Amino acid sequence: MTDYSQQHRGHSYYEANARQRIAHLLDPESFAELLGPADRLTSPHLEPLGQPCAFDDGIVIGRGRLDGRPVLVASQEGGFMGGAVGEVHGAKLTGLLELAQSEKPAGVILMLESGGVRLHEANAGLIAISEIIRALLTVREAGIPVLGLIGGAYGCFGGMGIVARCCDSLIINEEGRLGLSGPDVIETTMGVEEFDASDRALVWRTVGGKHRYMLGEVQCLVEDDIAAFRAAVIKNISMPIPLTLEALEQEQLHLTRRLQDFGQCQDGIDVWQSMGIEAPAMLPLLNIRDFLESVAAQAKANYED
Amino acid sequence: MEHLQFQFHGSSDRHKDKPAVLVGVVSSGNLEVLIEMADLKGGSQIHVSTKASGFAEIWEAVINDFAARHDLANLVISINDGGSTPAVVSLRLDQAMQEFLGMPS
Repeated sequence: MTDYSQQHRGHSYYEANARQRIAHLLDPESFAELLGPADRLTSPHLEPLGQPCAFDDGIVIGRGRLDGRPVLVASQEGGFMGGAVGEVHGAKLTGLLELAQSEKPAGVILMLESGGVRLHEANAGLIAISEIIRALLTVREAGIPVLGLIGGAYGCFGGMGIVARCCDSLIINEEGRLGLSGPDVIETTMGVEEFDASDRALVWRTVGGKHRYMLGEVQCLVEDDIAAFRAAVIKNISMPIPLTLEALEQEQLHLTRRLQDFGQCQDGIDVWQSMGIEAPAMLPLLNIRDFLESVAAQAKANYED
Repeated sequence: MEHLQFQFHGSSDRHKDKPAVLVGVVSSGNLEVLIEMADLKGGSQIHVSTKASGFAEIWEAVINDFAARHDLANLVISINDGGSTPAVVSLRLDQAMQEFLGMPS
């Protein structure tokens, strides 16, 4: 007897590790890893600190095909030090983006899962972030789209949060989180009165996928299924967003207006209320399809803004 | 950090031209296992780097069990460990071997 539910259940993006995500996102058997684990390009900083290293330094990079078209892809492993960016990890990502400049693939796909800079190698990690951003913007200037995917347990924060927002477009699931300072960092530095990081519902109402979609910071909100991410990448990869002064000024205007409109809000619910959403408290409870339907007007406004 | 090394001698030459495999992720209570081919004249090496020091005897027992279950010939098996329990190490080693041999997991 066929187990119908088993057969039709997709692969959860949230549950998968970095390598599984690549395997299910790209065309079958199309991935060829660059600087793989057998090359042992490991961090020189961890051993002296008594920390185990990983053979791929927590990031998988390589070439593959998506719907038949050549792409370059990177996937951060949240399980290894929270996907944090060290010297080698960052250099692999920068190298991939520099390779894109010469190879000119149909697009670059970044599966982002990172708490930001790896504090064990702080200065090298910080420099790596700026190198990644410079390389990413150079790729975009060449008209090659860079797409960011977010949806793992560790979210996308710190320097990688900045990298994410430099992409052409972002694709996120409900479980995904995107921000600069993570909830725990805010609570530690500003106090629990400012932000209670143990309130998981609050965390998702402020940095979670649905809220980031509402603010127009991510362009696609999808089900937690790698196939859904794949479909969204295929749809967006042929639409590079021009990197022009006009577009940047437009973005600045949008952010200024956002601060004016929502600067006093304490919670995602307050923001959604100000947007004119009916029954904003219900948004976190809706499934993705109903959610997208009920906020369609707001999403349209984000694009026209 | 503690670094341990083990040597074995397999009886066959059947692992020919298989690509390297990596399973697992280095994190708290978890480990990664990398299996590669190497011409060691039928011998095999297992290298362990572990965050938890002082457990060499337990590693030896777990690795010996693993070696008894599989024919280890011309292989280099490298482990980065974030403090896994013996059961997790055994399961990861078997998983790595299964993937290396191309058996459906």
